[in-house]
This record gives sequence, C-alpha cells and structure tokens, in this order.
Amino acid sequence: MEKNPKRILALLLRVLALGAAVSATIVMATSHERANFFTASFEAEYSDTPAFKYFVIVNAVVSAYSLIALFVPWGSLLRRLLVTLDLLVTMLLTSSISAALAIAQVGKKGNSHAGWLPICGQVPKYCDHVTGALAAGFAAVIIYTILLMFSVHSVLNDLLN
Amino acid sequence: MALRNGGKTEGEHESVPFSKPKGRWLLLTVRIVAFLATASATIVMALNKETKTLVVATIGSTPITLTLTAKFQHTPAFVFFVIANANASFHNLLMILVEICGNKLDYKGLRLVLVAVFDMMAVVLASAGDGAATFMAELGKRGNSHARWNKICDKFDSYCDRGGWALIASYIGLSLLTLISALSMIRLMKPKPANQPTTIP
Repeated sequence: MEKNPKRILALLLRVLALGAAVSATIVMATSHERANFFTASFEAEYSDTPAFKYFVIVNAVVSAYSLIALFVPWGSLLRRLLVTLDLLVTMLLTSSISAALAIAQVGKKGNSHAGWLPICGQVPKYCDHVTGALAAGFAAVIIYTILLMFSVHSVLNDLLN
Repeated sequence: MALRNGGKTEGEHESVPFSKPKGRWLLLTVRIVAFLATASATIVMALNKETKTLVVATIGSTPITLTLTAKFQHTPAFVFFVIANANASFHNLLMILVEICGNKLDYKGLRLVLVAVFDMMAVVLASAGDGAATFMAELGKRGNSHARWNKICDKFDSYCDRGGWALIASYIGLSLLTLISALSMIRLMKPKPANQPTTIP
C-alpha cells in the first residue's frame, strides 16, 4: 500500500502538466493585436512566426499525450513505453520553449547588428499575451522534467522490487 | 530506491544488458561519435564570423567604406547554442571517461542510475539549444515580413553556411544522445531472477 501515495503524486503531476500545456496552447493561439502605426496598420498574430506556430503545435500534442497518459493502467507494459515517450515529449517541449523565447527576445529587444527593430513598442498587449503563454510553457517544461524522473524511478521500482 | 545485489556488478555479468564487452564497446562507440558531433558543432559555431566591407559613398576619389561584421555573439540564441553544445560535449567526455576507467567506482549501484539521469539531462539541454538556434537561423535566412525584419543570409552567406553546418552536426549529436539515453535506461533494467517469487504490484 505504500505505492499509493506515489501513484497519486504521479497522477497529480501529470494533471498539472496537462493544465500547463493546455493553457500554453490556448493563450498563444489567441494572441492577436492590431495597431495603427501612422497610416499603416500593424497586425501581430502568433502565426506570423514559425517559432510560435511550432510552440502551439508542440504544446497541443503534449496536451493530447498527457490526457491519454492519464489513463494508462499501472504495471502494464505500456507504462515502460511511457518512460520513453516522456523523454521524447520533454525534449520537444524544451526545444519549443527555447525557440519561442529566442524569437520573443528578438521581438522585445531587437537586434541592432542585424537591423531588426523591436516590435513590442507597437503591440504591447500582444507582447504581454505572448509572455503569459511562454510562462505557461516554461511551467510545463519544469513539471515534465520532474515527471520524467518520477516515471523512470517508478518503472525501475516496479522492476526491481 | 533500494537495489539488491548493489555492489556485485561482476557477479551477474551475463544478466545485465550492455555489460558484456560487445555491448559496452557499442555504447562507448556511440558516445565517442556523439562527443565528436557536439564538439564540432560548438567549435564551428564559436568560430563563426564574417566581415564585409561596403562602399557607401565616394567623395572625390576616396571611397567611404562601411565594415559590417556578423558574429555569433550578436545573437543570444547562438550564444546559448554554443553553451548548450559545450555542456553536452563535456558531459559526453565525462561519461566516456567513466565508462573506460570507472568500473571500480560504484556506490550501491548508483553509478548506472546517475549515468542514466545525466544522459537525460544532457538530451534536454541539447534539444533546447538546437531549438533556439534553428528558429533563429530560419529568421536570418527568410526574414519576417510581418515584423519588417530583413533577412541577412543574402549578404553574409558564408556565415549562414557555417551556422547551418554547426546546426546539422548538433542535430546528429542530439539524435545520438537520445539513443545513448535510451540505452542507458535499458541497462538499468535488470531482469528479475527466476528463483524469486514475483511480486504483485
């Protein structure tokens, strides 16, 4: 019966990760702002940048995976497959948050060497919105890293004890 | 996690995966190739620099030139890429040394567990570095018309080429690191001895 608190903890972690991934997807996908810059109108959307599109796609896939992984029976062979998939998913999540952060940093501070001007001055609400999505994505990464270590530990415990 | 038969890594030679010489040499070879890939990615990106002089105007007979440089330090994403790959290659080197000369060092069987955990962390770090650098390189190559960011690869083509090669090497290193991590995890799974009763989870 001492395994039950660990199972509850693992389930709780996965639910938290699901929540973080879902919120990251939704917040990023709904980021949209239109600003009027002198005579030209400037419209900012998440689909303007491939990095943000990749972020939305990866977080959507991770949400679906988390939802399915909540219902895998304990002790079965699928649990061991889950460890490998957890590693792949953590890898995807870190690369997506890293890519989105890189592009968002260019958007906020610009790059004087390349002649790229920051856009956050013109669309501040879009920038804040994206920052919120990135924070949720970062939380998803951290929770998934903890969950990965937890999955490896629990699978090895099942095998050795 | 309590491991039975913790110190006896010599006794159960046949039942632990990748402890036979052939399996160990396979793992070691993959680690060496991964180390070479990540180290070359670091070095190629760290030495990535291109200078271009443009003639802006001509006063009389003396031309006024403008010198533009493209260095990897100008972009924080590439700096992170170099740091992440340097860490990954250092990790590979350390693990190679542990494989070759660390057979006597063991503390209650924790050595294999630590190697597996560090391998997973290296995979995560390398993937983050790759992701940032890929999308930054794509931005440099194609620009972004919505944000009015011009592409720079048409002016600094050898800088972009070398960055591309560094990225490819880093992706090879990343896929090999994933393979190594999977192999390390498999190595941790010792099969259950046949004469002990199976426990119901």
